[in-house]
Amino acid sequence: MADAAVDKRSNAVLIVGAGLSGMQSGLLLAQRGHPVYLVDEAPGIGGSLHLLDRTFPTDSCGLCISSPTNATYCPSIECSLHPNIAPLPLAELLALDGEPGHFRARIRRNPRYVNVERCTLCGDCAAVCPATRPHPHEGDLAPQKAIYAPPPRAVPNAYVIDMAACIRCGKCVEACPTEAINLDEQPTEETLEVGAVILSPGYAPFDARRKGEFGFGVLSNVVTSIQFERMASPPGSTRGKLVRPSDGKPPKRIAFIQCVGSRDQTVGREYCSSICCMYTAKQARAALESQPDAEITVFTMDIRTFGKGYERYWDGVQQEGIRFRRAMVSKAKQHPKTGHVALNYVGEAGGPKEEEFDLVVLAVGLESPQSARELAQRIGLDVNPYGFGETGEFAPVASNRSGIFIAGCYAEPKDIPDTVAEAAAAAAGAAQMLAPAPEKRPEAPTATVPPDAEPAIGVFICTCHGTVGQTVDVDALADYAASLPHVAAVGRAEDCCTEQGIASLSAWIKASGVNRLVFAGCSPRLCQTELAQALARAGLAEPLLQRANIREGCAWVHRDSPAQATEKAQDVVAMAAARAVHANPVKAQTAPVQEGVLVIGGGLAGMTAALTLANLGHPVTLVERETTLGGQLHNIGFTAQTPNPKAQAEALAQKVTSHERITVHLGATLASFSGTGGQFQAEVQKGDGERVPVSVGAVIVATGGREALVHEYRYGEDPRVLLQGDLSRVLAGGQESLAQSAFRDVRNLVMIQCAGSRDENRPYCSRICCTQAVKNAIRLKELKPDANVFILYRDIRTFGMHELLYRRARDLGVVFVRYALPDKPVVEPAADGLAVRVTDATLGEPVLLPADAVVLSTGIAPNPNADLAQLLGVPLDSDGFFQEQHPKMRPLNFMKPGGFLCGLAHGPHFVPETIVQAQGAAMRAAAYLSERQRRSKTTRVDVNKRLCSFCGLCVSACPYGARVMDYDERVARVLTDLCQGCGICAVTCPNKATQQYTFEHKALLAEVDAGALGL
Amino acid sequence: MADTEFEPRIIAFLCNWCTYTGADLAGTSRIQYPPNIRVIRLMCSGALDPVYVSKALLEGADGVLIGGCHPGDCHYQTGNYKARRRVAILKSILKQLGFDEDRIWLRWISASEGRLFADTVTEMVAALKAKGPNPLKGAWDI
Repeated sequence: MADAAVDKRSNAVLIVGAGLSGMQSGLLLAQRGHPVYLVDEAPGIGGSLHLLDRTFPTDSCGLCISSPTNATYCPSIECSLHPNIAPLPLAELLALDGEPGHFRARIRRNPRYVNVERCTLCGDCAAVCPATRPHPHEGDLAPQKAIYAPPPRAVPNAYVIDMAACIRCGKCVEACPTEAINLDEQPTEETLEVGAVILSPGYAPFDARRKGEFGFGVLSNVVTSIQFERMASPPGSTRGKLVRPSDGKPPKRIAFIQCVGSRDQTVGREYCSSICCMYTAKQARAALESQPDAEITVFTMDIRTFGKGYERYWDGVQQEGIRFRRAMVSKAKQHPKTGHVALNYVGEAGGPKEEEFDLVVLAVGLESPQSARELAQRIGLDVNPYGFGETGEFAPVASNRSGIFIAGCYAEPKDIPDTVAEAAAAAAGAAQMLAPAPEKRPEAPTATVPPDAEPAIGVFICTCHGTVGQTVDVDALADYAASLPHVAAVGRAEDCCTEQGIASLSAWIKASGVNRLVFAGCSPRLCQTELAQALARAGLAEPLLQRANIREGCAWVHRDSPAQATEKAQDVVAMAAARAVHANPVKAQTAPVQEGVLVIGGGLAGMTAALTLANLGHPVTLVERETTLGGQLHNIGFTAQTPNPKAQAEALAQKVTSHERITVHLGATLASFSGTGGQFQAEVQKGDGERVPVSVGAVIVATGGREALVHEYRYGEDPRVLLQGDLSRVLAGGQESLAQSAFRDVRNLVMIQCAGSRDENRPYCSRICCTQAVKNAIRLKELKPDANVFILYRDIRTFGMHELLYRRARDLGVVFVRYALPDKPVVEPAADGLAVRVTDATLGEPVLLPADAVVLSTGIAPNPNADLAQLLGVPLDSDGFFQEQHPKMRPLNFMKPGGFLCGLAHGPHFVPETIVQAQGAAMRAAAYLSERQRRSKTTRVDVNKRLCSFCGLCVSACPYGARVMDYDERVARVLTDLCQGCGICAVTCPNKATQQYTFEHKALLAEVDAGALGL
Repeated sequence: MADTEFEPRIIAFLCNWCTYTGADLAGTSRIQYPPNIRVIRLMCSGALDPVYVSKALLEGADGVLIGGCHPGDCHYQTGNYKARRRVAILKSILKQLGFDEDRIWLRWISASEGRLFADTVTEMVAALKAKGPNPLKGAWDI
């Protein structure tokens, strides 16, 4: 690799598709200092996320939980605030020339017709707009004007015109108070120089009209799951109330039909869309919440809840009384008078059935968007027959064109945690193609005010382009502010959020000589970064800024009573001023960060993570308990695309051991571990007892898992009962090894799924076993076509493209027999071998199957992780796998900063998924370490040692374990790195020894007084 | 103001992540509600010191609204449960002292429930108007 100084490659990256995947990739690359162009054809970034009312399995929006330490609350906002990210909405990639490191991307930017900087979201334009169209965001269930505001969280948040619906009457142009609208705006083109490209254009929902038998688009009470999602969403088309479109009445009997446009040859969608079972479970629960007396029926073929924690979610939903019918609906018809929809299906007991419902929801599958297919053709990317981006098993985010990476649903339908992991892996791939990002400049030191300085408060009122002044009397507000105690100056501006606004604000602070600022304007959730910048330029630290929310919290919500709104604005400013008197000019502290990373585990996950990090320039210490690298890769006979994974393991091990930045310790374990994120100290104990000290900034846990063992079905008692892994190793050797194995003369082979899995012992689904069984069955049928293979299953969970294997197995004559708990199959000895007794759940009849061999699908069990978890100070989940920070948004992070996890240590995964997680965890660690100087947060708490009585109440109150007792000094300390700044301990402290910065007790009481007393 | 209808004054303590954001959404959606409320932003409803509530009432606020994330949704894992316990205890103490504890409202309002926030304020203002002014108002003016 060339030296950074002569590296001619671009250090910028282009991301096409700014949904969850694109935003996550962009944030990670931006954190490392790379300029990021975030292109999306929509008017704002955020993709499909805005559609979702809540997401499984936490049933919360949950985006804010992804970043508890940031001032921002969702990835869209984070992207908009990050100085390295340039969101390019309404843009398309037209052409891409060049090679990795030197791409030239031609971009067309379509007109918005509204100037984003000038638009104040006042809504006057939409009020006068005479043109309407169906609201696409609400699934066409509500009307929308041709000029419309994007969803509340969209970035940029400004009106936009749909020219297809616009009649060019010009009324909005006249109505706009800031002259933001230009109906004659033209598209523009530009060329970007980038070093790598990530494609994450997402998915499109299947068009339910193509399944004519369900009558969507004709029968008014048949809706799609997307329309239902919007109905259930409080800001949605019906404000969170479930109603029947035909008469607006609440539906009592609701049916969900699964696999609409999935697993369906008739519409050319043979694959499984992976997420619909879970989203239906979520929607069914939402329906019950909104209407507790609703009767919910789900029509489904299999229940596919294969993700981490999904099986438990599913169990919970089932217990809420939701009916599941294993049946395929053949027809829907709506009664013209009652509006009831009758569904025809074949019942579980056989025979045609008809049942009436008030509302029918079609769980539509996901497909590759048309625009993404065209893009792939334009830039020469391979796609599979369904238009999804083609990748390799051992290079799961790389496209056929070097330097172009694929992530998110564009590779195949997937849920949020898998998307988040894949986005990070794609970012890792791209980062290796880019010139190094410029070294981050150390932050300019901000001067602070001496604590004893007399408070001189400046009140600065931002009228937000006059929108505040429409309700609040700004002159009266300014006069009142000037009369408040300690207020030295009052200023005013129209637009503090612009670059000029910031400059003029900081000039005003300097000129007026104030040492505290009350900023009266928009919500403190907005523009905080910009305002902090203005203060810093004037030499004031951020905690000396107080916000008075007179826009969202006043002017915009009290339009009908201007006099009282003005009074309220005055109160709000007085409260902020009272608090500003006590503002504590605390200085942010910094600590250096170590560059190195410790990777625990040398299997596929650990080796991949180590290589990725080393390629990104980080020194890596890899610790493996065994004496060879490769882990479970040695035990996998073959995979869907790779005949010999062992060879892959050896090739990877070779790369790892020969890499100059990787130190490998074999036969070694972790002996000690201490420190905080950015500065960990560890000792590696080698086989000979020698202890090697290691100093690292981050740690990645990749300790793997293993094929589970069981104590049932005569396993261990009878040599003819084996595991899927055994069969896979035999089959990998072809005819030759088959001839020498126990399966030599097999005529009847019975596979039992969920052996010791999805039951009370291991209540989770192991995700991979159905596909593993199907794959083995296919290979056996190929080698021995006359052998009969029976697969006894509860649900076949061959999600995504694995469904094609399931289809192939059935075509080859593999017999699938469904059983249901509590009737487990029984393996018993028979005259000439074994026999398996099972109750066929579809027929309801007992079946006796002869078997020469029985193969059990036992799934993946965690390694004994408890000791390591304790040593590292990270939690395990209830199944014994490591517990990630957040099941959706942070699947690869521990709550402990600087700690990451991947692979089977996280949960059961396929080979490509493990690689994705390992690359993703490596990228997350690299991004974390790129902040050479870690700035401590200013919202943390501190302890006054003199007042602390060492009672320990704060320790039990802290949800993060950030408060600890220091027995030497007899004081309750704060572990700053773990502290998330909630302030719960500060309230608990009986002596007020603990104070939360910027929320000090004194300051809050002053604010309460000012608020309660009023004018 | 005194010669017209009684206008209650409400002090609201809203958590940064859910209810404050929900109140902002009411603003950006222009959902109108009565201007009787004065909002104090906290990082978490669990960071609400009961002293703040008592202080507000002693200083003459007619009601106190506390807003947090829905149970299970707390940004800081369990802060809202702590708030729930503290408020319950505070209310029972105030009741013992002869104070009308129904002037204190604890509500779960998420970031997407701008409408619910506005409705809650409207409802609370009406309830406090029915109750009349806080009897402690002015009691400490000497």
